[in-house]
Amino acid sequence: MEIPKSFLGYKRENGRAGTRNHVIILPVDDISNACAEAVANNIKGTIALPHSYGRLQFGADLELHFRTMIGTGSNPNVAAVIVIGIEPKWTQRIVDGIAKTGKPVEGFHIERTGDIGTVMKASKKAQEFSQWASEIQREECPMSDLWISVKCGESDTTSGLASNPTVGNLMEKMEPLGVHLCFGETSELTGAEEVCATRGATQEASAKFMKTWNDYNDFILKEATDDLSESQPTAGNIAGGLTTIEEKAFGNFQKIGNLKFIDVLEPAEEPKKGPGLYFMDTSSAAAECITLQAAGGFNIHLFPTGQGNIVGNPIEPVVKLTANPLTAKSMSEHVDCDVSKLLSREMNMSEAGDELIKTTLRVANGRLTCAEALGHKEFVMTKLYRSA
Amino acid sequence: MATDIIIHDKKDNVGVVVIEKITPKQDCACWIMEDDSSTNIQSLDEIPLGHKIAMTDLNEGDTILKYGHDIGKVVKSIKKGEHVHVHNVKTKKW
Repeated sequence: MEIPKSFLGYKRENGRAGTRNHVIILPVDDISNACAEAVANNIKGTIALPHSYGRLQFGADLELHFRTMIGTGSNPNVAAVIVIGIEPKWTQRIVDGIAKTGKPVEGFHIERTGDIGTVMKASKKAQEFSQWASEIQREECPMSDLWISVKCGESDTTSGLASNPTVGNLMEKMEPLGVHLCFGETSELTGAEEVCATRGATQEASAKFMKTWNDYNDFILKEATDDLSESQPTAGNIAGGLTTIEEKAFGNFQKIGNLKFIDVLEPAEEPKKGPGLYFMDTSSAAAECITLQAAGGFNIHLFPTGQGNIVGNPIEPVVKLTANPLTAKSMSEHVDCDVSKLLSREMNMSEAGDELIKTTLRVANGRLTCAEALGHKEFVMTKLYRSA
Repeated sequence: MATDIIIHDKKDNVGVVVIEKITPKQDCACWIMEDDSSTNIQSLDEIPLGHKIAMTDLNEGDTILKYGHDIGKVVKSIKKGEHVHVHNVKTKKW
């Protein structure tokens, strides 16, 4: 299949392009959620991104909070941002971070005004942003404007056999077009970590990966109860035939095809070394991982599932694929791309990769994903440790 | 002929059931992805879609190979054709 050279995206002030055109109402902290949701309720064409954190965090955990907030607002799928926090200083820090992209952003703080006054002021600005954004048109953008993140979930053996290698096939075909690619899931590479490390494009990238994995594994061993409390593999994984974390990891690893990764990113860190594949240090929990990848600037997500994970994200469209014929049939409203014919060998891997490329481009051009149509917008911040 | 079981790598000692289920004493057609070759096996157990079958006799302490790699250890001996899962295989990691 000849891959098109372009897609229809929204060009942004900083030279990036979005596959979506959201106006977001971003709360800085948990107690500002009510205000943010009230604004989004008042003004059509906006969405609030409520979450659970942002108070009394410190050190690396606070830095990650700011990086995730600023990265989310800076994502090219976002046209404009209203930031609402309880206090002025942290609110302003996030506004200033997002403003570097050149996109419209305005902050409001609730102290000394109260919810009602803040909702009124922020709603006026949100209306202005929403109407402004509604006039932005999709334009032809080079394929290199796609930043594709991947993560699998509710995996079973069909993931490692078929749907994950389909993503790998897409990666092999799309990498030469200059796209950015990102995989994560540090804990779910356990068992395949040494093989994964050999895929570093440089010794530095390999060493950075092993350090990241070792740090995560030390933490898991320190906190683990017997058999990781049925979290790895999950009950769903086991029902689907996955027996050990090693088996899950080698299946997971199929998503990067034969590519090498050029760098290892901190959670929510934006890649800086140009096009190619990156590894991001993330949890393997779906919503946390995608939230971090979206904050890193990725504008479309591919999500292979075995038993049927249903996750979505408020700003980054999540394209689901499955090779499990039972899932494709019983949960069809969640499946954007059905590659179950790989198992019956009525389809080969290259054909499956082409199908996924077609689906991905339709979504990049504006087709709603199943998760978007069903209203899935899981926005989940990663928290590193207890607050002060 | 339809494929009942897919094996990733020639070295693997387990295969994955890719039809709804296989039943005891079923003669199953297996496809090895790595070199596009075929083999067959008779099952001893009922094994559902996505679950693994032992392609050879395995003793306690043996290593399970899938994708050509170590994915865990045998904790209860397994006969060729039997179901391989959490009741007879454990991780080496945690």
